[in-house]
Amino acid sequence: MRIKSQKDFFSGLLFIAVGIAFAWGATSYKVGEAARMGPGYFPLWLGILMAVVGIAVTFTALTIETEDGDRIGKFAWRPLFFVILSNLMFGVLLGGLPSIGLPYMGLSAAIIALTFIAALASNEFNFKEVLILAIVLAVSCYLTFIVALKLQFPAWPAFIAG
Amino acid sequence: MELFSHLAVGFGVAFTPINLLYAFIGCLLGTLIGVLPGIGPLATIAMLLPATYALPPVSALIMLAGIYYGAQYGGSTTAILVNLPGEASSVVTVIDGYQMARQGRAGPALAAAGLGSFFAGCVGTLVLAAFAVPLTEVAFKFGPAEYFSLMILGLIGAIVLASGSILKAVGMILLGLLMGLVGTDVNSGVARFSFDIPELTDGIGFIVIGMGIFGYGEIISNLGKDASERQVFAAEVKGLMPTRDDFRNMLPAVLRGTLLGSALGILPGGGATMAAFAAYTIEKKAKMRPGEIPFGKGNIRGVAGPESANNAASQTSFIPLLTLGIPPNAVMALMVGAMTIHNIQPGPQVMTSNPELFWGLIASMWIGNAMLIILNLPLIGIWIKLLTVPYRWLFPAIVLFCAIGVYSTNNNTFDIWMVGIFGFVGYTFIKLGIEPAPLLLGYVLGPMMEENLRRALLLSRGDWSVFVTRGLSASLLAVAALMLVIVLLPSVKRKREETFVEA
Repeated sequence: MRIKSQKDFFSGLLFIAVGIAFAWGATSYKVGEAARMGPGYFPLWLGILMAVVGIAVTFTALTIETEDGDRIGKFAWRPLFFVILSNLMFGVLLGGLPSIGLPYMGLSAAIIALTFIAALASNEFNFKEVLILAIVLAVSCYLTFIVALKLQFPAWPAFIAG
Repeated sequence: MELFSHLAVGFGVAFTPINLLYAFIGCLLGTLIGVLPGIGPLATIAMLLPATYALPPVSALIMLAGIYYGAQYGGSTTAILVNLPGEASSVVTVIDGYQMARQGRAGPALAAAGLGSFFAGCVGTLVLAAFAVPLTEVAFKFGPAEYFSLMILGLIGAIVLASGSILKAVGMILLGLLMGLVGTDVNSGVARFSFDIPELTDGIGFIVIGMGIFGYGEIISNLGKDASERQVFAAEVKGLMPTRDDFRNMLPAVLRGTLLGSALGILPGGGATMAAFAAYTIEKKAKMRPGEIPFGKGNIRGVAGPESANNAASQTSFIPLLTLGIPPNAVMALMVGAMTIHNIQPGPQVMTSNPELFWGLIASMWIGNAMLIILNLPLIGIWIKLLTVPYRWLFPAIVLFCAIGVYSTNNNTFDIWMVGIFGFVGYTFIKLGIEPAPLLLGYVLGPMMEENLRRALLLSRGDWSVFVTRGLSASLLAVAALMLVIVLLPSVKRKREETFVEA
């Protein structure tokens, strides 16, 4: 047996896994019957249906011929890592992390950190350019979101503002 | 006439200076983000939604509608000038639009898209206003069984019209429905799939899903491509005005596109993309005038037809949302979320309980269309400049807008973790060739579907035949079944694949 479409094969497996997970999770709630559905009824059947669809997708991936095997190709780990990391750092700096006692650093610091980390996702990183970009973004966001739209963001770190 | 008195109420609301200003800001921001390659209306709306939080509901909706049209229009500009469709509905515009741009006729192409869209928008607004009242009356006859069947019809529609594999679209809808169920069950109070995380008992935020999957997923995938694949060729634009000959060619295409778009927009599951594809197919079949440029080589009809159709459809797809409370496609699903944030439950009651909001929104759609044409044709130079900004400067800004958007929704860092996870998930979908739009539709419909299924079966004491013994419900299901059968017919299936491959 040969995988004829790599993309479909793994999509199918993904559907099967997620479907089973939801259906299995649903059984821990009261399922009930059609006339009196418990909280588990609808998710149970949806999960089962999804797993069935997953099986069908996997099956077609093994039977229907494609031209080039429909390969998934390389994962772009670098952008994936830095874009998501920049987003996480932004949250931590803006809101702080009370669970480990980290105070907030405010919008300005968060924007500068986000710009730098996100810029690392591209392979054309240039320190001076990114610095200018970060400052421009920080100033314009301060003006739009805090001065003009009056959103409730802390602008400066807790130890300065507080 | 009643229609005009309604519209008068609407224009009274929409023509206040402050609402005109919000409509203008909405169109401007929408175009600004929509013009960026690789960012479609879904991501644009998700990103800009937080900008409307501080506004009163009417102004917020007016601004959102502006953002939506702006994003749609910005997408066509990118399609014509850069050969990159900003979104699925301008995929066909690329074919002839970019060819025109290469021949130095980008100006007329943009004008054709703009004028066609404006005309279609005007007609779409009238259709919307005319259909709203009668359809709302129908909506009050709907019981839970009818609502459930209608949602099935909508979901089947979304599956049939999805551009990729039908099976995968079904899978994504199911996944969306399941994700919509996460959180506290309204009937039993049980927190489902929340893993004892307090934030999850309120469900997964829809901004988080939209932003993670459509925003970050796209950005990562764009960055993963080689620089040459996302290079921007901003063509030169000389002279906007189409020639008289262009106008003569355009006019019938605009009319056909508008008609087709208005009709397809109303259908559940239909919408801008479907309308654009259908319009292009029809234009290709229509008789050529002597001396006309063939399709695929820069025929102006290939721009005017699909662009009018997608704008008419984006207008009329508000009909099912505003009258029945059922979003017909992913963009409208996002609108439901936006309305809910502003404490408006879309559905037939909006028109009676909030007439100024309802008609004001409709009137502002027309105003938004008018503004777009004022905004875009003279300001085209600015948008072209924007297209020449290197991607390495643009994407940190885009990432930032997403992050601010997510955080400002709840002022909660938990959402930021979630969006990180969904960014990864979204990128995985792209790599696996799964179209994510049906997921969002399923996600919004999930809780509604469960609720109506529950009620319908409670009333019938568990008898499933209730869905086929009630006339309205039975006919809705019949239409759904018919759609499914048609698309699975071997000849149609082949044709469908061809159409999507060609584009």
